[in-house]
Amino acid sequence: MLRSLHIDPGKCTGCLQCELACSLRNDGVMNPARSRIKVFAFHDEGRFVPYTCTQCAEAWCMQACPVEAIRVNTATGAKEVVASLCVGCKVCTIACPFGTVNYRADTGKVIKCDLCGGDPACAAACPTAAITYIDAEWTGLERMRQWAARASAAQPQA
Amino acid sequence: MGWQRKILRVNLTEGTCTAEPLNMAWAAQYLGQRGLASKYLFEEVDPKVDPLSPENKLIFATGPLTGTIASTGGRYSVITKGALTGAIACSNSGGYFGAELKMAGWDMIIFEGRAPKPVYLYIENDHAELVDAGDLWGGSVWHTQEAIQKRHQDPQIRVAAIGRAGENQVLFACVVNDLHRAAGRSGVGAVMGSKNLKAVAVRGTLGVAGIKDPQRFLEATAAAKKVLAEHPVTSQGLPKYGTQVLMNVINEVGALPTRNAREVQFEGAPKISGEAMHEPRPTDGKPNLVRNAACFACTIACGRISRIDPNHFTVKNKPEYWGASGGLEYENAWSLGADTGVDDLEALTYANFICNEHGMDPISFGATVAAAMELYEMGVLTTEHTGGLELRFGSAEALARLAELTAHGEGFGREIGLGSRRLCEKYGHPELSMTVKGQEFPAYDPRGIQGMGLTYATSNRGACHLRSYTVASEVLGIPHKTDPLSPDGKAELVKAFQDATAAWDSTGLCLFTSFAWTLADIAPQIDAACEGEWTVERLAETGERIWNLEREFNLRAGLTAKDDTLPRRLLEEPARSGPAKGKVNELGKMLPEYYRVRGWGEDGVPTTETRQRLGL
Repeated sequence: MLRSLHIDPGKCTGCLQCELACSLRNDGVMNPARSRIKVFAFHDEGRFVPYTCTQCAEAWCMQACPVEAIRVNTATGAKEVVASLCVGCKVCTIACPFGTVNYRADTGKVIKCDLCGGDPACAAACPTAAITYIDAEWTGLERMRQWAARASAAQPQA
Repeated sequence: MGWQRKILRVNLTEGTCTAEPLNMAWAAQYLGQRGLASKYLFEEVDPKVDPLSPENKLIFATGPLTGTIASTGGRYSVITKGALTGAIACSNSGGYFGAELKMAGWDMIIFEGRAPKPVYLYIENDHAELVDAGDLWGGSVWHTQEAIQKRHQDPQIRVAAIGRAGENQVLFACVVNDLHRAAGRSGVGAVMGSKNLKAVAVRGTLGVAGIKDPQRFLEATAAAKKVLAEHPVTSQGLPKYGTQVLMNVINEVGALPTRNAREVQFEGAPKISGEAMHEPRPTDGKPNLVRNAACFACTIACGRISRIDPNHFTVKNKPEYWGASGGLEYENAWSLGADTGVDDLEALTYANFICNEHGMDPISFGATVAAAMELYEMGVLTTEHTGGLELRFGSAEALARLAELTAHGEGFGREIGLGSRRLCEKYGHPELSMTVKGQEFPAYDPRGIQGMGLTYATSNRGACHLRSYTVASEVLGIPHKTDPLSPDGKAELVKAFQDATAAWDSTGLCLFTSFAWTLADIAPQIDAACEGEWTVERLAETGERIWNLEREFNLRAGLTAKDDTLPRRLLEEPARSGPAKGKVNELGKMLPEYYRVRGWGEDGVPTTETRQRLGL
C-alpha cells in the first residue's frame, strides 16, 4: 500500500513539534529553519497550516532537474534528492508550484521531504494527529466520513 | 550541553553589543532562565537603585531546554528590578520568541544603561545591532512586529516589544512577544521603556545542538510527553477550556475575588467562563473562542484564540479588532470581569486585546480598575476625577474606556497606570488596594484557599499565583489533596511548591506541565541535556537556592518581614458566602511556621547556617 502524508489544519495548534522532529531526523539538530515541513500561522483567522511536499505523481521538480538528481523511491513513492548529484542550480525550486523544494546556501544543495524513507518523523511527533501517514488512495476518507455522518443525521427518522 | 554558553551584553548608553561566555560555574548552581539571570542581576545591580533609572538592568534569559523538542520547551524570562514593586521581578513568557533567541545562539541578553533615543535590538544569529526606532515609538506591539518584519524583509523574525504602556511608564506595563504572549507581571515593560528600548527582534537559524546525550534526551522527552498526553488536565481540560477551565470551579469553591475582593463569589462567573467561550453568541451565532493554540514545542496547547462579535459596542467601526487574536485566560477573565463585576464576555475580550496591543498586565490593570470602582462607589472618586466616566462595578463601558485611556496615558488612565497601591494611597485608602509588595494579587481569594494567602504574602515578586500554585493541591488534589480552608501544613506545602517552581522556571519549560509532571519527570530531561548530574534532589535544592537569592536581593532593596503581609480585608473581613463563609486568611498562624521551615530567623532573614548550606 502506498502511503502519503495527510494534513488536517483544523487540528494543528502551531507547536512546531513537526519542524523540530524533521530537522532532528534529517540534520541531527533541533532547528525549524532546517525543516522540510513548515507550519504557517494566519494570525487574523487563528489558523495554523502545516505544509510540505505532496510527492506529485508527475513531479515537476524531478522533470526539471537537468542532472537527474531527483529520483523516485519506489517503495514509498517519495521524490528524493540525491545530494551527491545535486549541483544547486535551483531549477527545481522554480518548477515546484508549491514551493516545497528549498535551497540551502550552506551546503549548496536543495532539500525536500523524502517521507523519511517511509517513517515520517513529523507525523510521529504531531501531538494532535494533524499530520498522519495514511493510505494514499484514501486521504479523503475521514472527511467523507464526516460529511456522511452529517447527511445521516439530516435523514428524517422513519 | 543544553546551554549555548554565550550571552549578549548590550550597553544602550554606549550603543554597543558584546558577546561574552556564559558563567558555567553559576549555571551549575542556578541552571538557567529565572535562576541564572537572577544571579547575574544580584551580582551586577545594586538592589537599592531606582527601577526606572539607567543603573537598573534588564535581562532576557532562556533555559537549557528552551528551543529543544521537550514539550513546552519554549519559555524565556525577563528579569529586572520591578517597576511596580521595587522587588526583584521575573516574568515568564511562551510563544516562539524564547526558542528563536536560543536558536540564534544566545542563552541570555543583558541590557544596561539607557539609549539616548528610541532603539530596538536586531539579532540575526551571531550578528547583533541596535537600530533606530524613532518611527516605531508611539506604536503598538502589533504594529511594531509588522514594521520590523517588513523592514528586514523576513516574516519569520520573532519580536518582543513594548507598546505605548511601556513607553508611558504605566507601572504594570509588560513585554509582549508573538502578538499576544507576555512577560506580564511586575512592570518589566516599564523598565524596558525607561531604557528607550522599543523591541528585541530575533532571527535564529543555528538550531540547538550539543545535547549531552541525544538518544537518552529523546527517550526522556518522549516519555514525559506521554505523561502529558495521558493526564486529564493536560490532555483534555487545558486544551479544551484553557486556564479558563477554572472559572466555575474556583467560583464554587468560594475563592473568586469579586468587586475588589469585597465578595468571594461572582454571580456572573458562568457568563465569562471557559464554557461560555464555546457557546454560540445570541448576536451572531458564533462562539467567542476560535480555537486553541500552542506555544513553541508545547503538546498541551492551552492558548485561547478569540474573535469579538464585530457588532459589539467596543469594536463597532473598528475593523482592526475584528480578526482573531489572543483571548481570555482565566486570570484575565477574572481581573477584567469578576473583580470589576463585569459579566460581558465580549467587553472582557476587547480589554484583553487592548492589553496585548499596548503591553499592559491585565491582572494588575483589572484589579486597579476594581479598586478605583470601589473608591468611586464610596464617593471618594467622582466624575470630576474620572473625566466624566461613571466607574460603577459592572460597567463594561467604563472598563473598555479605561483600557484605552490607560494604554494611551490619557486622562484618568494615567492614574490607573500607577497601579492600585499608589492609586489607593493617593486617595487616602491604602487598605483598599488588593496588593502585596505593591503587586495586585490574582484570581484566588486567600480566605477560601488558605495556602494562597501565604503564597501571596511571601512571593518575592509581589502577590502572585505562579510562585507556589497551592491551588493544585488545595483544590485539584495534585499531587495530593489538602484542605483549602485549613492553614495546617501550608507552610511546608508552600515552601515545597516555591522551591520546585523556582527550578521549573529555570529550565525553559512551562509551569503548566506541573499539573501532570513532578520534578521526577523533569530531572531525566535536564540530566540528558545538560552536563553534570541533575537529580530531583539537586533540582529542588537549586530551587531553594534561587528562592533565597531572590529574598536576599529584596532584603538588600529594603524590604523586610513587614512586607510579608496581606491586605487588611483578607485578614479581617470574613468571606460572605460559599464554603469559606465566615473565614479570614490565617496568615498569622502560617507565617512564623513558614520562616522556621525556610531556615530563616523570626525577622524573615535567612540564617547564616541556611546561607552556608545553599552556598550563598
